Amino acid sequence: MSFTNEQMERYSRHIILKDVGVKGQKKLLESKVLIVGTGGLGAPAAMFLAAAGVGTIGLVDFDAVELSNLQRQIIHLTKDVGKPKVISGKETINEMNPDVDVVTYKEWVSSANIRDIIKDRDYDFIIDGTDNFPAKFLINDASVLMGKPFSHAGIIRFQGQTMTYVPGKGPCYRCIFENPPPPDKVPTCKQAGVLGVMGGIIGTIQATEAIKYILGIGELLTGYLLTYDALTMEFRKIKLPKNKRCQVCGENPTIKELIDYEQAVCDLKS
Amino acid sequence: MTIKVNGKDVSLEKEVTVKELLEIQKVEMADYVTVQINDEILDRKDFETLTVKEGDVVEFLYFMGGGAL
Repeated sequence: MSFTNEQMERYSRHIILKDVGVKGQKKLLESKVLIVGTGGLGAPAAMFLAAAGVGTIGLVDFDAVELSNLQRQIIHLTKDVGKPKVISGKETINEMNPDVDVVTYKEWVSSANIRDIIKDRDYDFIIDGTDNFPAKFLINDASVLMGKPFSHAGIIRFQGQTMTYVPGKGPCYRCIFENPPPPDKVPTCKQAGVLGVMGGIIGTIQATEAIKYILGIGELLTGYLLTYDALTMEFRKIKLPKNKRCQVCGENPTIKELIDYEQAVCDLKS
Repeated sequence: MTIKVNGKDVSLEKEVTVKELLEIQKVEMADYVTVQINDEILDRKDFETLTVKEGDVVEFLYFMGGGAL
């Protein structure tokens, strides 16, 4: 693959970076990232990955754009209200960077389809931009069982946190959180609110991790949980050990099949 | 004695169990909080018996959802 003049100009600020260069930019253009959820986290992650020239971006979301999404889900515009989020996301990306092939999956992830979605383009990296624990555990378990790296994140109110799983290199999400909390026990953004920029900050960190993984540069948030408090402007990088009791990646794993956990009633779409 | 909880110094009059520490620190929804002491994730069933010691570095790790809706 050789670059066109337009690509040389578009990616010139990357190409000039010693750690990226023509070689790194080529890697990005040949890479495939799956983003599950095109909301608060997925929207900015998708936009920066598209702008960076990640050649294939998969978007998974069953939802349609709502007016209340627009305070933070910057990939969707006012004219998109009512449109499937994956279509709205694809249109925004196509307008921004025609180099990107956007693959849409207008589905909720479940044990029935997540393996097929990941296999569809044999994605290199997965971004968890979902809003609920059943999906977060599903993405974790599927990634561990299929040997795929992924970025986990969560945001609520003025806080966010993120970690990166790389097979064989550190703990998975389930090493830290053994099982999902019972439905309705831990508040969601819908119930508790979230400052719009939280997804921008944390989702952009997820995109940074994907890019670093693809380029093989720097140190990932593998074995660390990065927490961010917007009110105190405090970032903390908490070292996380691997948990030998982990049910999916520990010494004696008991989870060998994917599990569909019960979703909180308040999160189900009416 | 002094311990560190989520990066901040906390003074305690005596050794307490992890369960008591969660109460002293007024941790909400303690049933769903993961506790890590000195880089080791605790088994939830040890919360009532395990005590925190001088100089321990304790992290309470919270579930955080959010993202798509």
